[in-house]
Amino acid sequence: MKRLVFLAPVGLFAALVAAFAAGLGRDPSKLPSTLIDRPLPAFDLPAVRSGDVGLKSTDTTGQPHLLNVFASWCVSCRIEHPVLLQLKAEGVPIDGLDWKDEPSDGEKYLIAQGDPYRLAGNDKTGRAGIDLGVAGVPETFLVDRKGRVRYKQIGPITPEDWAGTIKPLMERLRAEG
Amino acid sequence: MTAEIGQFALILALVLAVVQTLAPLVGAWRSDPALMALGRTASALQLLFIVVAFVSLATCYIVNDFSVALVAQHSNMAQPFIYRLGATWGSHEGSMLLWVLILAIYGAAVAVFGGSLRETLQARVLAVQGMIGAAFLGFLLFTSNPFIRLSPIPLDGAELNPVLQDPGLVFHPPVLYSGYVGLSIAFSFGVAALIEGRVDAGWARWVRPWVLAAWIFLTVGIAMGSLWAYYTLGWGGWWFWDPVENASLMPWLLATALLHSSLVLERRGALVSWTILLSILAFSLSLVGTFLVRSGVLTSVHAFALDAKRGVYILAIIAAMTGSALTLFAWRAPALKTGSLFAPLSREYAVTLNNLFLLASAATVFLGTFYPVFMDVLQGDKISVGPPYYTATFVPIFVLLFGLVSFGPMLNWKRDDLRRLLPRLRIPAALAAVVLVVGTVGFGVRHLFAAFGLALGVWLIAGAFIVLARRWRVGQVSRSDMLDLARSTPLAVLGLVIAHAGLGVTTIGITAVSAWQTNKVLSMSPGQSVRLAGNRITMVAVRPVKGENFEANQAQFEVLGAFGKSTIMSERRLYPASQTTTTDAGIEAGILGNIYISVADQNPDGGITVRMWNHPFVDWIWAGALLMALGGAVSLADRSVRVAKVERVVLSPLAAEPVAL
Repeated sequence: MKRLVFLAPVGLFAALVAAFAAGLGRDPSKLPSTLIDRPLPAFDLPAVRSGDVGLKSTDTTGQPHLLNVFASWCVSCRIEHPVLLQLKAEGVPIDGLDWKDEPSDGEKYLIAQGDPYRLAGNDKTGRAGIDLGVAGVPETFLVDRKGRVRYKQIGPITPEDWAGTIKPLMERLRAEG
Repeated sequence: MTAEIGQFALILALVLAVVQTLAPLVGAWRSDPALMALGRTASALQLLFIVVAFVSLATCYIVNDFSVALVAQHSNMAQPFIYRLGATWGSHEGSMLLWVLILAIYGAAVAVFGGSLRETLQARVLAVQGMIGAAFLGFLLFTSNPFIRLSPIPLDGAELNPVLQDPGLVFHPPVLYSGYVGLSIAFSFGVAALIEGRVDAGWARWVRPWVLAAWIFLTVGIAMGSLWAYYTLGWGGWWFWDPVENASLMPWLLATALLHSSLVLERRGALVSWTILLSILAFSLSLVGTFLVRSGVLTSVHAFALDAKRGVYILAIIAAMTGSALTLFAWRAPALKTGSLFAPLSREYAVTLNNLFLLASAATVFLGTFYPVFMDVLQGDKISVGPPYYTATFVPIFVLLFGLVSFGPMLNWKRDDLRRLLPRLRIPAALAAVVLVVGTVGFGVRHLFAAFGLALGVWLIAGAFIVLARRWRVGQVSRSDMLDLARSTPLAVLGLVIAHAGLGVTTIGITAVSAWQTNKVLSMSPGQSVRLAGNRITMVAVRPVKGENFEANQAQFEVLGAFGKSTIMSERRLYPASQTTTTDAGIEAGILGNIYISVADQNPDGGITVRMWNHPFVDWIWAGALLMALGGAVSLADRSVRVAKVERVVLSPLAAEPVAL
């Protein structure tokens, strides 16, 4: 019995190493979304910015756009933010989904960091996030003109991600009828 | 040429590390003094060659040798000297070089200053140290070589991540690593003791200063990191429960536990196998932290070296090191004699409780940090764990622990009496009760938690000082006797008082800033004023300024408060080399709180978005941490802690012969 107690640490540790080894093979920034080629799940979110209209899943303009999931408490979002502002300056329509956040905090974040969003909705409970399969912030969905998800980016969009993957994809979607 | 010298020195260091592993191990087994001496020489030489490698890399950075890939990636012509130097350890490869440098310094210190140790124990400690060194030197050379050349040679380099271009960040990694790596000594001592099969008070007395030193570095390193996050991330937060912050917190929690349990081992010969287990786990968590940052198993702002090969290598190191140490523990520890018994109400028991709480809190942090990995592996779900989890799990454990802290030093060793214990604590209890009542009445029931937090802080501070009052017999003996007692107080006791009081100071800081911080976000133009927490803040001017390698929009504010006028400068910086913008918040720091202003880019209408906070008592958080570190340093300076002469009291001889490993 006493022996078993002393064996417990090494047993637990072996299990941990196995879990880590299994986890290593997976790239946390790559996971296929089950939503690919499907319409956005329905949501209707209140506004982040006071006096604004909020964000609905049906808010499409006949143009492909990005749906960026962010939060004021998310550090990586701060890293991503300048890229989003740059995209906005290039005329890319981006909607924002403020995930698990107080609307006032989200608004303050946008005021402090700059506001790249066309529409911005607050998902305080994280309910819309669950439907979208949001695992962490930031995540970004590329939505086509018919409102279908065509690509999902996990983690911050880097200038390389944009130039190498998302931009070409978006241009193809624009060309698509 | 310089890079090749560095590369060559690293290879030699690897060979020497292997010698340092094998020679003393065999030497201790065969009682061969020559082989054991070879281990000591190898560790000193290993340090020499790693210093050569480190200086080579630093030289490449200082002279901006862009033919070295690493330099080209993290430095450029405009980068100031201090950040070229800081870039030496600002990259993955460079930081791992710093890691092995510090490891070698500790190893050589054991070789040089460990003369009073039992020779076989010293030899085995050096062997384990050498093994760790060899593993990480191999990691450097085979997966993360800092000296790789580039062809063609670029005309100018890229840039050290501008977020890292900050004086605090230049010194943060060396300090933090000194803490992480310092725990390797505890690990080596633990494993060596298991191989030897004997753990005694002399062992504890020897290992304690090292743990204490590592703990001091960790404390300062974590505080520096938190302070840096506070003033550069631009939104006034001081702790984010980011995986990498957690990676530094977990070893700190276990080092704190180890610090206390080794005291019991030293004084009372109890908690023998527990202390050994902690010494293995504390360093293992440092390794796990390294794994976390370097493998990309979790996404984090800090995880800039996402490379699966490196992850596999580090995981293999952890599996080999911790795995064999724990196996050795399972095999050898049951035979170690359990130390002397103690009653449920005794200082030993209080330390046991302290250890259980610290271990539980470390476990909650561990679970929160790795839960996403476990979920992914088990169910393929991707989830995230945020601050609410830690508020619900970590905070209650710590509140309970803090409630118990003041009891510990007031308890007698071996056994104590509750009826005699409680009166000793009547003054801290009364003070805390007054704060709780006054706070609840004064701030309203809405702020009950805040009043409770403040009371807890006061309980800790008063509980710390009452240790001195008891020792000096305040009010019981004449003034001259009291002075005599005060003069004869060991530094270790003063250290305890300072460190525990530091906990209280930090508690008050956290409570106050959580409960009463206020902020305003608005667009301002020069000349405009706004009121914040009783201060009148005026934007005086906005002007462009140019730094050595950045351009900034600098806003000047004037703060008119109860204590007079002051000026705050806040900047938004653009680093052209990497097109990165950073925030350099302006802070008017004071003992009662900070006014914190960060500015964003200019709005189209010409105004600038300004975010300002009043952070009451926030500096107390770091002041408390520094007090804890100071307490550690004072304790370290104590003669009785320093190993002047090790008494070789054998408390638990083991039946088995030392094993050859």
